[in-house]
Amino acid sequence: MDQFTLNLLFVGASFALYIGIAVWARAGSTSEFYAAGRGVHPVTNGMATAADWMSAASFISMAGLIAFTGYDNSSFLMGWTGGYVLLALLLAPYLRKFGKFTVSEFIGDRFYSPTARLVAVICLIVASVTYVIGQMTGVGVAFGRFLEISNTAGLLIGACVVFAYAVFGGMKGVTYTQVAQYCVLILAYTIPAVFISLQLTGTPIPALGLFSSVEASGGEGSVYLLTKLDEIVTDLGFASYTEAHKDNLNMVLFTLSLMIGTAGLPHVIMRFFTVPKVSDARWSAGWTLVFIALLYLTAPAVGAMARLNITDLMWPNGTSGEAVSVEQIETQDEYAWMLTWQKTGLLDWEDKNGDGKIQYYNDKSEAMAATAAANGWEGNELTKFNRDILVLANPEIANLPGWVIGLVAAGGLAAALSTAAGLLLAISSAVSHDLLKGQLTPNMSEKAELMSARGAMAIAIAVATYLGLNPPGFAAQTVALAFGLAAASIFPALMMGIFSKRVNNVGAVAGMLSGLIFTLIYIFLHKGWFFVAGTNSFPDTVDGSLFGIQSTAIGAIGAIINFAVAYGVSLATADTPQEIKDLVESVRVPAGAGAAVDH
Amino acid sequence: MADNTTNLKDVPQAKKAAQDEAGYWAANVRMIYWSLAIWATVSFGFGILLRPLLKGIEVGGTDLGFWFAQQGSILVFLGLIFFYAWRMNKLDKQYGVEED
Repeated sequence: MDQFTLNLLFVGASFALYIGIAVWARAGSTSEFYAAGRGVHPVTNGMATAADWMSAASFISMAGLIAFTGYDNSSFLMGWTGGYVLLALLLAPYLRKFGKFTVSEFIGDRFYSPTARLVAVICLIVASVTYVIGQMTGVGVAFGRFLEISNTAGLLIGACVVFAYAVFGGMKGVTYTQVAQYCVLILAYTIPAVFISLQLTGTPIPALGLFSSVEASGGEGSVYLLTKLDEIVTDLGFASYTEAHKDNLNMVLFTLSLMIGTAGLPHVIMRFFTVPKVSDARWSAGWTLVFIALLYLTAPAVGAMARLNITDLMWPNGTSGEAVSVEQIETQDEYAWMLTWQKTGLLDWEDKNGDGKIQYYNDKSEAMAATAAANGWEGNELTKFNRDILVLANPEIANLPGWVIGLVAAGGLAAALSTAAGLLLAISSAVSHDLLKGQLTPNMSEKAELMSARGAMAIAIAVATYLGLNPPGFAAQTVALAFGLAAASIFPALMMGIFSKRVNNVGAVAGMLSGLIFTLIYIFLHKGWFFVAGTNSFPDTVDGSLFGIQSTAIGAIGAIINFAVAYGVSLATADTPQEIKDLVESVRVPAGAGAAVDH
Repeated sequence: MADNTTNLKDVPQAKKAAQDEAGYWAANVRMIYWSLAIWATVSFGFGILLRPLLKGIEVGGTDLGFWFAQQGSILVFLGLIFFYAWRMNKLDKQYGVEED
């Protein structure tokens, strides 16, 4: 059986499983369908939330970004897990106690203002649309490889599948489908990692393998994997793997943006509204992080080991020997993955100096210029290596059995599709329910509401697909921008709503607007207006940026502005009414949750 | 505050009458401060800013700061959330504010 058929089999089987469970759970009880999570054990709920939350950015993109930069991209690891601490301590139990179902409802009620609710909805839509753009980038990579077509065609087909998946939609609400998706996703991520860790270090646990020893180059004894990696990448003129090369300010702000953003994303927060009890909301956040950590502790190992394998393949006799030849790439089995990935247009090479070999090195390093001139190299010949392909290509790079490759294809699609579809549902309900029905046209018929929901979904996916063709960054980087926007707008409003009785309606609106607008404009100035390439005023690098802060890290500054403006404006305007102070008091204590029955 | 807590523990049947919401909130905020201090120390501290200070401590071919940045802080985050949940569920009962 060839690889293509095998992939098809795995992807088909996993989808049959999700749909089967959806149908079974639906037949079992209808109420389960509407209130996903209610009456479900915190462990099960945690697993489902983890599947909901881990998207193309975590599964497909993150390890690739870590692989090619090393320590500097640790921000993704700390940021996307540290946010759960904020969520568990500062938001989840109180929002559960409040007892409504959406983030914008809480903001509207707490700040006793329809305007605040409207602004919250706009913030949610802006962050979610940016998030979907990142997902579509991942969807394009996954479909392109899986169907063995170009990235563009893969993206277009993927967009149609995501749209159908979201309209079919009901599946999304079923906790057990998500549990199945989590299982597929985590197996697909860890099984190849275990194989590779065994191959390289003899340790079956990749997280430990990262800090274990491997055979030294030239076969002389053994050295630590990270030591060897540092040695071979610096030999080729690349920055060392374990050292810091980014300034502390940007790294701290970027990590903080991702953390605050995680705690400000509506589709994550919503999961904690629906757990049975306040105490369960606290446990649920912990269990969610357990299941996320299984992938996140493996990811840095996947990145480092893949970088090692790739460098080894390009320089089969060590970095001091001869580079791989074009003939080897075209004929040998170990290099077959390069030919398959070349079809997607995301990987390419060119024998620039015509010596029949492909020299992979950092041609931007000045230190390498002399070496290159001495050896007759005329630039890096591995001309294109899109970082988003790394996780999907990883099992092929390590020459793992075909079924592992099929499993990874299924896992990548599960991650990308479930989150993209979930976000589309969140956007469509925000537009039709919160924005149109709740604000602009309250007398709208149910049918019109449904139509506008579908319309919003179609527009969102069209925009995301268009921008996904020319993305503002790799999947995880675009998603990081979405986190920055959520960090600057939603999180501060929620936190002040619980921890301050003084912040009032005017303050909250002013805070959210200034945080959102500041962050959005800063991102557009560096990434191009509305992410259209070429319309940016500043280069998207640390040195060229407006305040010396990268656009992906600006969300933390936006959040600080939000806090400061909201508090300042509140102090200058009328105090909050007594009933709001009482509301805040009641949200702070668990007693009386599930009030509908008790009081 | 500490006395208050002990008293309530000794007289569990009196808990409803003795609801002390202000004391409960103060205890909660104190827990949050401590937890967030640890949260920031392991990630922004050990993982980034204080990494040069940990240079001497070797972990598998690199230093402790690298380990905290890529794995250690995640493990500490997990511990923090579970500790907070356990501690708060106890506080809920001590102050008589738990769910019915």
